[in-house]
Amino acid sequence: MNRRTLLLGTGAALGAGLFDARGAMAQTVTITGAGATFPRPVYERWANAARTAAGIQLNYQSIGSGGGINQITNRTVDFGATDAPRTLEQLREGNLMQFPTVMGSIVLIVNLPGVADRQLKLTPEVITDIFFGRLTRWNDNRIAELNRGLRIPSLPISVAYRADASGTTWGFTNYLARVSQAWKDGPGAGTSIQWPAGQGARGNEGVANAVRNTPGAIGYAENAYAVVNRLVTTQIRNKAGNFVEPVQATFVAAADAADWTVPNMAPDTLDLPGANAWPMTVGTYILLPTNPAADKVEGSRNTMRFFDWAFKNGAQIAGQLEYIPLPDSVTNVIRRNWAAMVKAPNGAPVWTA
Amino acid sequence: MGAGAAPRPVARRRGMDVGDLVFEWLCRGAGVIVLLLLGGIIVTLFIGALPAFREFGLGFLTSTQWNPVEGRENYGGAVAIFGTVMSAVLAICFAVPVAFGIAFFLTELAPDWLRRPVGTAIELLAAVPSIIYGMWGLFVVVPFVQMHIQLALGDYLVAIPLVGFLFESRFFAGTSLFTAAIVLAIMILPFIAATMRDVFLQVPPVFKESAYGLGATRWEVMKGVVLPYTRISVVGGIMLGLGRALGETMAVTFVIGNANRMPQSLFDPSTTIASIVAMEFPESLMGSMKQSALFALGFLLFVISFLVLAASRYLLRSRLKA
Repeated sequence: MNRRTLLLGTGAALGAGLFDARGAMAQTVTITGAGATFPRPVYERWANAARTAAGIQLNYQSIGSGGGINQITNRTVDFGATDAPRTLEQLREGNLMQFPTVMGSIVLIVNLPGVADRQLKLTPEVITDIFFGRLTRWNDNRIAELNRGLRIPSLPISVAYRADASGTTWGFTNYLARVSQAWKDGPGAGTSIQWPAGQGARGNEGVANAVRNTPGAIGYAENAYAVVNRLVTTQIRNKAGNFVEPVQATFVAAADAADWTVPNMAPDTLDLPGANAWPMTVGTYILLPTNPAADKVEGSRNTMRFFDWAFKNGAQIAGQLEYIPLPDSVTNVIRRNWAAMVKAPNGAPVWTA
Repeated sequence: MGAGAAPRPVARRRGMDVGDLVFEWLCRGAGVIVLLLLGGIIVTLFIGALPAFREFGLGFLTSTQWNPVEGRENYGGAVAIFGTVMSAVLAICFAVPVAFGIAFFLTELAPDWLRRPVGTAIELLAAVPSIIYGMWGLFVVVPFVQMHIQLALGDYLVAIPLVGFLFESRFFAGTSLFTAAIVLAIMILPFIAATMRDVFLQVPPVFKESAYGLGATRWEVMKGVVLPYTRISVVGGIMLGLGRALGETMAVTFVIGNANRMPQSLFDPSTTIASIVAMEFPESLMGSMKQSALFALGFLLFVISFLVLAASRYLLRSRLKA
């Protein structure tokens, strides 16, 4: 191929690209969604790609899970997004269905001078006691025994947590409640709780900043955030008794170990028994009305088309952003549920593909 | 001709009357709108807060619980109220001596060519947006308090008899009641300093000059003439600063540590009403008890601020009129 044909070829490809884009623009439909901040980066990248590829323009406002639930309950948007899944009862009450889109992992971040990324080993018992405020120094025997090869500085432990209500806190506190009965009976689990120790900060950035500023600090954050900002993470002992590192392989192991056939589509993904499973993996969810009003049927169908496209073509984008794409078996269950659960006012299923 | 010209001014005057009337009613409407807005805000807050007040009653004021976990929800405002009042009062303690120094310097000591620039600098300080103070507080004041006060001086402070316990803390993150008070003090400094300068300037020169003539030193003049003459106005100015400190949100949220626990020492993290509302409101579900509790806190903040401002207006009334 000489240079001229190469140029011609490029020109033709460009022209075709333009033409395609224009053709798609002509029939672009707009859907609106609001809710969780955690999946915002991946939804935005999907939206960019889907605008030309599927002709769907997504307008997503990351106002927080609570806001997303409020807005979809009032039917002011086509879909709501939440990190903390709703229970079956809550879904029925609001005539909503729920399905996961991607998964994310929560990691512990520490600031211990001399301790590198993914070196420090922690057990669920030690983590619980740290967040209870019972373990107050890093040179405690219980931590030293787990980390014989490491030189851990003698520093007081400063705990940092999310002060704003968040899905990250929901996942982390549910994990603590799972591994410790005392935590379950005491502080409990939720999007925000009454923390027995430590200081609060706003958002993943706030926690990361508090940890970075304070030698001896420990906090929790989304893995995507920890990776992008090169924060020092830890190993955690999972239910099978193995110390696992926060890497893609252990996250996927957790996704595979979950039972995705539960009715509210929000399976238990925390502290699963898989040998290699990361213990703190959580999904993020979309809320869709099961009884869309006549003028909202089209928006509802386009929402499903958007996520159908994302499940088929968006895995790579999700992976690049450190999210965990759902296995195909799961997305097939989601499509079946769309067809079965979302009905137009005349009783016909909205999703027919 | 004279008869023809006479009616014209009358007609013009009538036109002016209509204009006057319209103007009068527009102004009256603007005034009424302010009152309606204020009343509307109070009523909205109170209606939003009603479920929480009904559920927790007067205990809301004294309970230190703030548990948003579903199924065991229990809300009390004591920690936030204590944090709000305590951080504001501490800020006043830090700010008043400095503000007094500035006002004294500007009215008595500074040469004329320096008064304008320093006075303008103070007013500019008042114009800095609070989020800027928050950022600066987080990146400068927090590490400073952590490294140079808590770690460097902590042990000595704890050893002080009687008050040592105030400094004994297990938290070394630097975000604390103390840090919040420092940032707040800097934020309210210009307001207090400007009020003090203005009231000091209103002392009739005759009084001061008589005192100087009797051989009084500057400090004696300040202590014996200026302060007694302006005492009430100075307190009013301080209350004005207090009112601002109570409602400050973003800067405090950045540096106070946002912990819903009763602080045991100055270096413990705490929270304020404004910062707890800013943190938790966006994620609270409509009609939930949590949202109602946040409304209740907002209502209480409104009441506290109103009382402080009313007190400051009352104390300042005579001097500002003159």
